[in-house]
Amino acid sequence: MQITGAQALIKSLEAMGTEVIFGYPGGAILPVYDPIIDSTIRHVLVRHEQGAGHMAEGYAKVTGRPGVAMVTSGPGATNIVTPIGNAYMDSTPLVVITGQVASAAIGTDAFQECDITGITMGITKHNWLIQDVTDIPRVVAEAFYIATTGRPGPVLIDVPKDLTQAMVEWVEPPSFDQLDLPGYRPKTMVDPDAVAEAAALLASARQPVLYVGGGVLNASASDALADLVEMTNAPVVTTLMARGAFPDSHRQHLGMPGMHGNYTAVTAMQKADLLVSLGARFDDRVTGRLDGFAQNAKIIHLDIDPAEQGKVRRPDVSLVGDAKSGIEALVAASQDLVQVDRSEWWTQLDAWRAQFPLVYDDAEAGAKLKPQAIIEALDALTPEDTIVVSGVGQHQMWAAQHWRYEKPYTWVNSGGAGTMGFAVPAAIGAKAAHPSTMVWAIDGDGCFQMTAQELVTARLEQIPIKVAILNNSYLGMVRQWQEMFYDERYSEVFLSPDVPDFVKWAEAMGCVGIRVDAPEEIIPAIEKANSINDRPVVIDFRTDEAEKVFPMVAAGASNDEIMVHPSQQKGI
Amino acid sequence: MAPEPFLGDTPRSPVTHHILSVLVENKAGVLSRVAGLFTRRGFNIYSLAVAPADDSQRFSRLTIVINAESAPLEQIVAQLDKLINVVEIKDLSPVEAIERELLLATVAVAEDDRAELLDRVAKAGAAIVDFSSTEATVSMSGTPAAIDSFEASLTERYPSPQIQRTGRIALPRLHPRA
Repeated sequence: MQITGAQALIKSLEAMGTEVIFGYPGGAILPVYDPIIDSTIRHVLVRHEQGAGHMAEGYAKVTGRPGVAMVTSGPGATNIVTPIGNAYMDSTPLVVITGQVASAAIGTDAFQECDITGITMGITKHNWLIQDVTDIPRVVAEAFYIATTGRPGPVLIDVPKDLTQAMVEWVEPPSFDQLDLPGYRPKTMVDPDAVAEAAALLASARQPVLYVGGGVLNASASDALADLVEMTNAPVVTTLMARGAFPDSHRQHLGMPGMHGNYTAVTAMQKADLLVSLGARFDDRVTGRLDGFAQNAKIIHLDIDPAEQGKVRRPDVSLVGDAKSGIEALVAASQDLVQVDRSEWWTQLDAWRAQFPLVYDDAEAGAKLKPQAIIEALDALTPEDTIVVSGVGQHQMWAAQHWRYEKPYTWVNSGGAGTMGFAVPAAIGAKAAHPSTMVWAIDGDGCFQMTAQELVTARLEQIPIKVAILNNSYLGMVRQWQEMFYDERYSEVFLSPDVPDFVKWAEAMGCVGIRVDAPEEIIPAIEKANSINDRPVVIDFRTDEAEKVFPMVAAGASNDEIMVHPSQQKGI
Repeated sequence: MAPEPFLGDTPRSPVTHHILSVLVENKAGVLSRVAGLFTRRGFNIYSLAVAPADDSQRFSRLTIVINAESAPLEQIVAQLDKLINVVEIKDLSPVEAIERELLLATVAVAEDDRAELLDRVAKAGAAIVDFSSTEATVSMSGTPAAIDSFEASLTERYPSPQIQRTGRIALPRLHPRA
């Protein structure tokens, strides 16, 4: 059967199980938009290509399946560079299709030409410029295979317009085991000898900490982790990328470590004699100043990416493999081992937890809202499986700290890249994947203004997300740094309390807009938002600009120098 | 540490370098992928030689001389191995490898001064491959150390020679030294 390259591309995406493409048409990708009309794949028409990329990321983060985005050449392609970089930092499987100018025009500075494979070389796991129309099914199969196996990540396929217009005999994409990729052999199974060594080290450690990262979620290893935690009686911390991988309500869960982690999680890692890193990568936001990080700890490092071994901290036992098989192997190897008595460690940890819980001051009468109280109210008033998606900044840290995550894949955020504007489109992607699950974006007023136009997409595509803007009229995290480290010299961080009018803006985009100024309005507003299911809702919460995120480890400081909330400071 | 320029000087002895013999799929952009990786990870390349590795044209071999002090060798190898088009990496320690390099140099030499150049060329095992009334081009292949000393012998005698070196290629020794 002779079909066009465009049809072959869409049929190949269908064959890979693609449910939805987030995209935006344009000249070079035009031929591919024709067969979309006849495809089983849903296309979500975004309002900016960056939105398409973040939606695909949100979709991927809550399903574990690759998000698919499609855009045109030139500016369409460059607009999706930020989501690709974001997905690369957070190991999110993404398949991005870009149109390219016709093969003969490549290299001539043609209209809307750019070298997108060159531009994204350093932020994709791999990319392809299709050179022959018969390659399309194979390259699509390779793209999905590479994006989803090993350490997941974004891939990009650049397709010249003449190839999508050319005719080709249709051939199904090869199955993954038929692919001929001699340079790609992801190792998933850990070495049994190393596992035995790790299990023995863990069993004898008096002060261990299980340091859980996003790899546990990527590998669907939450159940295995729960077994390991129960079996070893070891405390657990979950990084920003791993919130939800282990229930916050569990007695052994100390919470989130890192720059804005809680005192007990941070200090437990500092004082540990063994860190068992499970799908984490010793990010600088977790370690603080490296030479002051967990100086007495031995390291067991489980990661599917061999290059993470020793990249930051040299492991004593290196386990290369996926988090699920690795943790299951650790559980099996621990079965017959006696765990050393850790009651002294738990006495210490419980004392820290009692002395340094996460706290904030309640709002005084007539004062602006406390953002933490809003997050706690949202958590209390929403179902347990609610998906929370955040942008980047103070609101993100509060959402990571104060929401109690009980289930995996209920927390989506931009971790490694710190991409402002992530929340609204990523929430739309998550809701598109799980239409019957409540999805709340917790956003800042700065972030919201970067990508808010995607609420038009949400309304018109019937993807009714809810957005809580923690609106303090400032770029709050930068303001916090300027207050603490720049002598309260506030430079270019004040936005405006009046412009834009978020309620009117929401309404103009076909959403319901609600403004909340007083504490007693918080609960009714959330309840109203929860009751609306036919369109997106935006709540503009007016919050206290003086509120800061605590605890905090200053950039470049050791985690020993953690600054707790002012009300707790004389306790140290 | 700031990344060094992509191609720096060939290391002089004593060696702190390593040789990576890297088999890659001969696909568009593969050299750019390798070079870009070294740049963005802050690894230093001293020299790089590229040639087809087999008759099928499917693979090429890169011989990359790296500064093993710019990053731990295992980290460089692990990052390189993540590139999809990189098929195989052999780490050749200099003591376990046969290394060779080729030099071409054009020096200004008058016809009646050629005797001295011929003498230097003969001592080094090099050859004169081209000449005019005012210049001569010499060629030498040999170990990097021998090339170093021949280059030094040219630069001390002849002003501003034009020198081109290939960067080294290497294969494992058949009888590794103890």
